[in-house]
Amino acid sequence: MLEFIQQPWTWWVSGALISAIMFLLIFFGQSFGFSANLRTICSAAGGGKFVKFFDFNWRSQIWNLVFLIGAVLGGFIASQFLSDGNPVQISENTISDLSKLGISAPTSAQPDELFSIESLFTLKGFLILAIGGLMVGFGSRYAGGCTSGHAISGLSDLQLPSLIAVIGFFIGGLLMTFVLLPLIL
Amino acid sequence: MKLLKFLLLGTLFGIVMAKSEAFSWFRIQEMFRFQAFHMYGIIGTAVTLGVIGVGLIKKYNLRDVKGNPIQFYPKDKSTMRYLIGGTIFGLGWALSGACPGPMVVNIGYGYIAMIVVFLFAIVGTYLYGAIKDKLPH
Repeated sequence: MLEFIQQPWTWWVSGALISAIMFLLIFFGQSFGFSANLRTICSAAGGGKFVKFFDFNWRSQIWNLVFLIGAVLGGFIASQFLSDGNPVQISENTISDLSKLGISAPTSAQPDELFSIESLFTLKGFLILAIGGLMVGFGSRYAGGCTSGHAISGLSDLQLPSLIAVIGFFIGGLLMTFVLLPLIL
Repeated sequence: MKLLKFLLLGTLFGIVMAKSEAFSWFRIQEMFRFQAFHMYGIIGTAVTLGVIGVGLIKKYNLRDVKGNPIQFYPKDKSTMRYLIGGTIFGLGWALSGACPGPMVVNIGYGYIAMIVVFLFAIVGTYLYGAIKDKLPH
């Protein structure tokens, strides 16, 4: 049983579980939207004193911060107890394309070239992570949601704004992947 | 104890993100290069089941655990904010290989460098709040 769980989970099991998490949150009177936590953290840190957007009752969002802590815990449990230690099994075409950009084949879940501590302490390595994070945080709040709020929750409710946001996700993602990454890496 | 269920759901979410490999920069690259079905299968399954479930909740006017009717609020009608905001998000997603949820899953998994990505995501959110009135919505 444990050996079975330690293998990567197939797409339909993972998709069904994500859907189950969304519905359980709905039945607990909340909704599935992870990036709202970023706004809550700004508010809890006192951002409301300077920026009106963060002046709201952030304590009503504590449930979502607890969900976030759970997510960290889940990552820890997965790496410590549920991993078979094999690298991610991505397609040969992706490995070949990425090697042309100087990213070597996976040895774990993340490329050392971007996420090793050595890389973090280079100016370029730091800027890639910092600017990537900055755009995710800025863009998700500008669009009013991230993958969970728009691509999962919003599309499940057949909301046109969420479809537009997801189209935006792909415009940005394709631009970065095919135009900008070859210049950056 | 009211919060325990959210801790458990978050933990399950973290485990699913890691075990589905959706938290991997490599998987996000594979997705944007259209070189595997994997990520589309995950999101497609979640959305397909989601559409069916939301439809059933609406059809039968289901209630949540507290007995309140479950309501879905339509998002504000607009194109600019979703398209521009979404595009900026997508640029960051493909660069850092993580959306906000998977960022913290990576931190728990042991990818310490992802703390920088997460901290700057908070900075980005603050920046949006500070200049939002000057942006087209």
